[in-house]
Amino acid sequence: MSKLGENSLFSQEQLRKMLYDMLLIRRFEEKVEQLFQQGKIHGTMHLCIGQEATAVGACAVLTNEDKIISTHRGHGHCIAKGTEVDRMMAELLGKVTGYCKGKGGSMHIADLDKGNLGANGIVAGGLPLATGAALTSKMKELGYVVVCFFGDGSTNEGAFHESLNLASVWNLPVIFFCENNQYGMSGSIKEMTNIQHIAERAASYGIPGEIVDGNDLLEVTEVTKKAVERARNGKGPTLIEAKTYRWRGHSRSDARKYRTRDEEKEWKTKDPIELFKNKLIEENILTEAAFLEIEEQVKKEIEAAVEFAENSPIPGEETLETDIFA
Amino acid sequence: MRNITYVEAIREAMSQEMRANQDVFILGEDIGIYGGAFGVTNGMIEEFGPERVRNTPISEAAISGCAVGAAMTGMRPILELQFSDFITIAMDNIVNQAAKMRYMFGGKANVPVVIRTPGGSGAGFAAQHSQSLEAWMAHIPGLKVVQPSTPYDAKGLLKAAINDDNPVMFYEHKMLYGVRGDVPEETYEIPLGKADIKKEGTDVTIVATSMMVHKSLEAAKLLEEEGISVEVIDPRTLVPLDKETILHSVRKTGRVIVVYEAVKRGGYGAEIASMIGESDVFDYLDAPIMRLGGRAVPMPYNAFLEQKAVPQVEDIVQACKTIMNK
Ligand SMILES: Cc1ncc(C[n+]2csc(CCOP(=O)(O)OP(=O)(O)O)c2C)c(N)n1
Repeated sequence: MSKLGENSLFSQEQLRKMLYDMLLIRRFEEKVEQLFQQGKIHGTMHLCIGQEATAVGACAVLTNEDKIISTHRGHGHCIAKGTEVDRMMAELLGKVTGYCKGKGGSMHIADLDKGNLGANGIVAGGLPLATGAALTSKMKELGYVVVCFFGDGSTNEGAFHESLNLASVWNLPVIFFCENNQYGMSGSIKEMTNIQHIAERAASYGIPGEIVDGNDLLEVTEVTKKAVERARNGKGPTLIEAKTYRWRGHSRSDARKYRTRDEEKEWKTKDPIELFKNKLIEENILTEAAFLEIEEQVKKEIEAAVEFAENSPIPGEETLETDIFA
Repeated sequence: MRNITYVEAIREAMSQEMRANQDVFILGEDIGIYGGAFGVTNGMIEEFGPERVRNTPISEAAISGCAVGAAMTGMRPILELQFSDFITIAMDNIVNQAAKMRYMFGGKANVPVVIRTPGGSGAGFAAQHSQSLEAWMAHIPGLKVVQPSTPYDAKGLLKAAINDDNPVMFYEHKMLYGVRGDVPEETYEIPLGKADIKKEGTDVTIVATSMMVHKSLEAAKLLEEEGISVEVIDPRTLVPLDKETILHSVRKTGRVIVVYEAVKRGGYGAEIASMIGESDVFDYLDAPIMRLGGRAVPMPYNAFLEQKAVPQVEDIVQACKTIMNK
């Protein structure tokens, strides 16, 4: 992990906030997993435990006006972009107070006020949308940039290739942020592509391709910041590939037969939260006591979210046919 | 006879055909060691190996086109499209290529491809993973469309589909995968275009597909107690449609309700209703033909709303009572 030192992009307060957000994502998902096992959440779910640094790192260098587009594994992106966990939890419980009034669920959370243009259940579905959102920014000279998150598996969809090409020829302010967690469901990236790094694909579209350690929060912020600056200065898109790992299975029904327990153990030694916490302690930005304080606050925030969600009403039948047309 | 699940019946059909014919193979996302998103191909890679149980990248456009290309050159591929919603990405290859090829080439091309895909709601997967889009396919000349409702039908119809020299869309329902039924071990085919009378009756004919067959049978049981005798017909294939079995039943009962899960508006129920209306059976009708279909809403996540979006047993019971009083 790079040195924070004097020329850090962030104040100490901001650094601690990033740690807070990563922990909030982790605990939120652990809670969601538990509620799912208790039968309080239905459907399916995709947890990003282990990948907290990509979400928080990338969003840390964005303004409120900048936009993100998320994936089916999007809880982390939402939280990192400022989406409140109480209304997220309500959405997962299918409640009317949720961000999508209970109609979207885990895979479809959107929070347009915070620049979150929505999660997507279609693999690679977000890339063309992000390209379009960036086109708006350019045509109307709005100055915002768009960060589009997607997984390594998405990069074999036609939409990936077509979007990178389009964004490149139109020189759009969009950052294609690939969270390479090594697997698309059961397909390992090694098995599904014949290149070593997804970032190499950027060359085909004449845009920069950056590789970053996705478990290193500060590295993620640095690389993303550079890409954001390029985009804001009219220099067009960047493809970022962050190497990371999804600790849990793809979704609830995954027996993880396609990978070894040793491999999982190995990646868990690179826990992005532990790494960043140790870094802050090492550089005297955080004390153990202050960390315990953060843990306590996170716990309270999650408890409050669950309480809010559980006490919220479910949507009535009269809402079934609302929100279809303007 | 053995009692096995819908999943096991489908797997058995594929395995038997693969043993019988080297040209038959299966391709799709996560169908290898993972066993497919719904476990349909569980264990198949062990028997047939990775050449014939071919795990693909997440690339619906490519793999659907690849299946068509393999089919026109002498193979008999079965494509597992992970969720029927993703047909949108495979659409060009199915609609513009597979469906038209024989006709455009003056009868020269043979395209024996089966596209198996789970549709339907009830699992809490929300709007991008719960649709019933079979009417789209039924609209396209050159495609056969199958919708088995029982394990017995699933096995026999799938075998017929695999041995058919045309592109066949094979719609499975994700809530039927666990349903059990009697299925003979030996090989048998159910011809495409042959409806099945799931229950005989004299007062009302219900024409129901997929999941709605089971709901209609339940409703029929309840109505029996009230002295209303319901006949339940399952067309099993939308294309070709067994008009005779349906018309014969309507001649007998004089009343007909078409029940299907897909959105009622523009759906296949209208096709069946019109087919009856245009036939000489029209004179036998004692009441206007009724349709019960899904509401015109993207499938909501919330479990209560999800239920309200598609016909339920009570709705079918009510419809039967209404039509009896007409
Ligand atoms: C078009 C499409 N194909 C397949 C799926 C099923 N599916 C959902 S997530 C997923 C894996 C995606 O892998 P990746 O893009 O690497 O993201 P990750 O899950 O690793 O975050 C698959 C195959 C889907 N939702 N959409």
